Amino acid sequence: MLSNKSVAVGLVALFYSVTVSAADHTLAQNSKSFKLNGSQVEEYTIKAGDTIYFKNEDPFFHNIFSLSDLKTFDLGSYPAGESKSVVFETPGEAEIECAIHPEMYLLLTVE
Amino acid sequence: MKQNTFRRNAMTKMIATVLMGVTVVLSASVVSAAKAPSKEDVKKFLRPMEVPQGKNNISTPERVELGKNLFFDPRLSGSNFISCATCHNPSLGWSDAQPTAIGHGMGTLDRSTPTILNTAYQRFQFWDGRARSLEKQALGPIEAGGEMSQSLDLLIPELQAIPGYVTLFEAAYPGEGVSKKTIAKAISAFERTIVSSESAFDRWLKGVDGVMSDEAIKGFEIFKGKANCTACHDGFNFSDNGFHNIGLKDMEDMGRYAIKPIKVLKGAFKTPTLRDIDLTSPYMHNGAYKTLDEVVDHYDAGGFKNAGTLSPNMKKLNLSKKERKAIVAFLKSLTGDPVPFTVPVLPVQ
Ligand code: HEC
Ligand code: HEC
Ligand SMILES: [Cu+2]
Repeated sequence: MLSNKSVAVGLVALFYSVTVSAADHTLAQNSKSFKLNGSQVEEYTIKAGDTIYFKNEDPFFHNIFSLSDLKTFDLGSYPAGESKSVVFETPGEAEIECAIHPEMYLLLTVE
Repeated sequence: MKQNTFRRNAMTKMIATVLMGVTVVLSASVVSAAKAPSKEDVKKFLRPMEVPQGKNNISTPERVELGKNLFFDPRLSGSNFISCATCHNPSLGWSDAQPTAIGHGMGTLDRSTPTILNTAYQRFQFWDGRARSLEKQALGPIEAGGEMSQSLDLLIPELQAIPGYVTLFEAAYPGEGVSKKTIAKAISAFERTIVSSESAFDRWLKGVDGVMSDEAIKGFEIFKGKANCTACHDGFNFSDNGFHNIGLKDMEDMGRYAIKPIKVLKGAFKTPTLRDIDLTSPYMHNGAYKTLDEVVDHYDAGGFKNAGTLSPNMKKLNLSKKERKAIVAFLKSLTGDPVPFTVPVLPVQ
């Protein structure tokens, strides 16, 4: 029989591992490209369960979408200053683009 | 006495001269302060040092020459009657002055003929951007039933049978022969030479005084500011290489949506260049407007509801008549100096 204590420890451990691995990332949409801390990124890697915030820093609307097998979504279009987020639960690859400016392209790897 | 008068006269003259000088200097500085482009404008809108080149297709004079011949040769069409230049006519701003194009068998196409000016700078070709490069674009119109209606498998032996062409192909792409690839590459190399020439706006950016009217300069300010045209028409080529639905009336063509089925792309088309825009009426993918005044009125109204998704960057602008006129004056300052163009003498049978 498991003691109450060990169940509690197990739960805490489980909770701990989940919160540690699920990180938040912010990618800026700036000068019609994806940027991380000011420099352009075309490839980016995260862990399963992580969330990416896409933040519009340009003075016009951007969109975010993906039609990949991994995940299909369309965040619509949104103005300067706003950000929208997506959680990536499963490992794989996703091509993420702005439909309005198709030069904005990011190959995301979820590990 | 005489001396005094003389002196007084001289004095007045001198004072007058000095005063005139001051006013001239004053007015000059006031005018140039209002007229000079900002450093940011210069950086943003000045011509890039080089014309972008094709992948694995660096331009050479031989490649351009071959491409020019192909571009003007009606034998590239099924009827032997239509060349690329039939629709992309150098005398009409490399377009055709038709609301929508007229092709094989005088059939009318659904979209208007865009200019090929500055296509070298574009990241996507066609109104819906379905071709990623000029090389990928070039064979499309030859085979398209509505345009030139010519099977490429038949065209290649036709060209091989013309000795002049065999020589031109050999000089341009030694050892590669007449093929789909070399045809597409040569045409693209030629198209990359069709770039806009210097306009009043360019000279003004370079600091030449008196080339842009006050009205046109005012128009540029409104273009960047109140009217927010630069949300889409930005940079040297006045395009963001993006796709937007600007709310044209009675529009059925869904444009980019057919290529990428994303909601914001319903009725979206590529932002076209505004270089030489005064030469390429009628305007828009469906030829909806005849004049630049009509175009500016369209934007002033914020576009209209259509079957697609209106761009959120479109809104009522509340421009005065004077402001609308100023924008048109600015658009006209983007016309480059006329460049004499010699059409090729084509190789005969
Ligand atoms: C029958 C008229 C016609 C002929 C002939 C024709 N075109 Fe076009 N061209 C068009 C039209 C219409 C479009 C726009 C089609 C669309 O966007 O769906 C176009 C688009 C283009 C574009 C893209 C420009 C841009 O800004 O997106 C290029 C480049 C081009 N044509 C080159 C050529 C070449 C090279 C040939 C000859 C091999 C040719 N065209 C023959 C009518 C024509
Ligand atoms: C939301 C993006 C956007 C804004 C803002 C915008 N444009 Fe455009 N413009 C476009 C697109 C896209 C087209 C082509 C639309 C079509 O044919 O469906 C276009 C077409 C044009 C054309 C016709 C070009 C041609 O070759 O047919 C002119 C001229 C023009 N715009 C000028 C302006 C001016 C002036 C302003 C500001 C008052 C402006 N635009 C604001 C995106 C925009
Ligand atoms: Cu964008």
